[in-house]
Amino acid sequence: MTAAITVPTTSSRPTARTVQTSVPVRDALRQITTLAWRALVKMRRNPEQLVDVTFMPVLFTVMFGLMFGGAISGSTAHYLPILIPGIIAMTTVTSCLAAGVQIREDMDKGVFDRFRSLPIARIAPLAGPMMADLARYAIASSVTITVGVIMGYRPGGGVLGVAAGIVLAVILGWSLAWIFLWIGTSARSVGAVQGMSMMVMFPLAFLSNAFVPVDTLPGWLQAVTRVNPVSHVISALRDLMNNRALTAQVGWALLGCVAVAAIFIPLAVRSYSRRI
Amino acid sequence: MTTQSLPQFGRSNGSSPSAIPAVEARSLTKRFGTNLAVDNIDLTVMEGEIFGVLGPNGAGKTTVLNMLATLLPIDGGEARIFGYDVRSQGHAVRQLIGVTGQFASVDENLTGRENLWMFGRLQGLSSKRAHSIADDLLAQFDLTEAAHRPISQFSGGMRRRLDLAASLITRPALIFLDEPTTGLDPRNRNQMWDTIRDLVAQGSTILLTTQYLDEADALAGRVAVIDRGRKVAEGTPGQLKTQIGTSSLRVQMSEAANTGAAVALAADLTSDTPVVSPTGSGFSVKLSDANQAADVLIALRNHGLDITNATVEQPSLDDVFFTLTGHESETPIPETEANKS
Repeated sequence: MTAAITVPTTSSRPTARTVQTSVPVRDALRQITTLAWRALVKMRRNPEQLVDVTFMPVLFTVMFGLMFGGAISGSTAHYLPILIPGIIAMTTVTSCLAAGVQIREDMDKGVFDRFRSLPIARIAPLAGPMMADLARYAIASSVTITVGVIMGYRPGGGVLGVAAGIVLAVILGWSLAWIFLWIGTSARSVGAVQGMSMMVMFPLAFLSNAFVPVDTLPGWLQAVTRVNPVSHVISALRDLMNNRALTAQVGWALLGCVAVAAIFIPLAVRSYSRRI
Repeated sequence: MTTQSLPQFGRSNGSSPSAIPAVEARSLTKRFGTNLAVDNIDLTVMEGEIFGVLGPNGAGKTTVLNMLATLLPIDGGEARIFGYDVRSQGHAVRQLIGVTGQFASVDENLTGRENLWMFGRLQGLSSKRAHSIADDLLAQFDLTEAAHRPISQFSGGMRRRLDLAASLITRPALIFLDEPTTGLDPRNRNQMWDTIRDLVAQGSTILLTTQYLDEADALAGRVAVIDRGRKVAEGTPGQLKTQIGTSSLRVQMSEAANTGAAVALAADLTSDTPVVSPTGSGFSVKLSDANQAADVLIALRNHGLDITNATVEQPSLDDVFFTLTGHESETPIPETEANKS
């Protein structure tokens, strides 16, 4: 720094007379994509953050395929068409858990204070990382399918059915992540976020039709799995990937995702704005 | 946010300085549980001035600043920034302010240039424009060489400079600086002071907090002294100092054997009892009038008592607090950040 700093006189300076009262949608979108870029750079520089969407799906697919295949469907090969959509949904649910922990860690850092002091849309610091996370869900689904194919899974839905399945999984991840984002913005510490997120994550992933046929469950548990949006996504994934069938389950799955987002986006934004 | 033509801010636009104060706070109050962190503070900062909020650690300075910057909800009273209500018009307020906190609020995963680019984009600049302003600011803050290094490799002083640079991207009309020089070495401290003066010369208004009386003295036109959440005094640094009174003379003798004789002379000439330094090679004495320093030094000279060093010291923040509040400030422990630049 040489002597006094002359600040560039080129940039525009808002004055008391030129302020806007709200953020135009176009500006908000640019802010969200800018913060998504930030999250992607962070991901690229900390590749260990991708463990849960790369190694975990491999582990789950191999482990569950070999362990339960014989018991549930007679053989691993028969089990894979049931299992792979279940694993996709499960890894998506586990990988969106990270969204809450990440936002909590971010909020404890100084840079979030600056975001809060800037005239940007309140939703941008939340929606930006969410946009970047879409890549994580796509990676998780693709890895699961690849491992499945190596183990002998031959999706009857073909490339198109599988692609539709991945899109649906990404939508599921995006909408469920708002639940964890809400937990992340309201809990006091990273540890608390992790604990509470686990309590939400396990029922969402396991009280579903992911691994076992629902009709083997007691009646009340069947009712629980039926209201779990993850179950509908798994059924929809099976229809799309195994039969390339656009069934009513696909509609229910999408509706469930929209409902979750509609409830938890306002909650997350509100608790983020309140946060000290 | 706006790319409209830039009305020149401040004095230069022909119109008289607006009558609307940059900051106007009435009975500002903040509670943390049962602790009254900020207690009924009134502040008025006029456009174009440097206003200092002086106080020890934990006095509530940062809390005041965070409330004014929309970062903390206001529990009681009201505050306006250029006439906009901080509580109900936060978005408008955020377009007018720049905030530089005590701890660098830049992204550690990004490089210096990426940080500035990102903050430029967030505030409505085109990608190209954000890059060119980032490069300008990096050059002006002597960070060009470090532009492509991740922040984790920055020294404390470099982070602080980048942090301030990030607050200046859109040339905010009002800049909040929270302890801008805490932890900086003397050279960086002076440069930061020059930068702050330069910003004001270009029409910005600055509200800064500090623990150092000399910093408030060097920069601020007006100062409010805060203690335990309350404003205990307000005025120009000169007014505060006359209110506090005394400076002191510290003398280092060339021969320790002469200290006793020198102390006797000093005691005669001042109304204070001199304090001999721990090594016995010098003393310090409080002055009721700065001219007494000359009296003491001339007497030493006339008696052939040689000195190696003599300094007149300003009253310290501790003196300020003792005089204004009747109790010592809890001695702040300034963090010492390594500064390689």
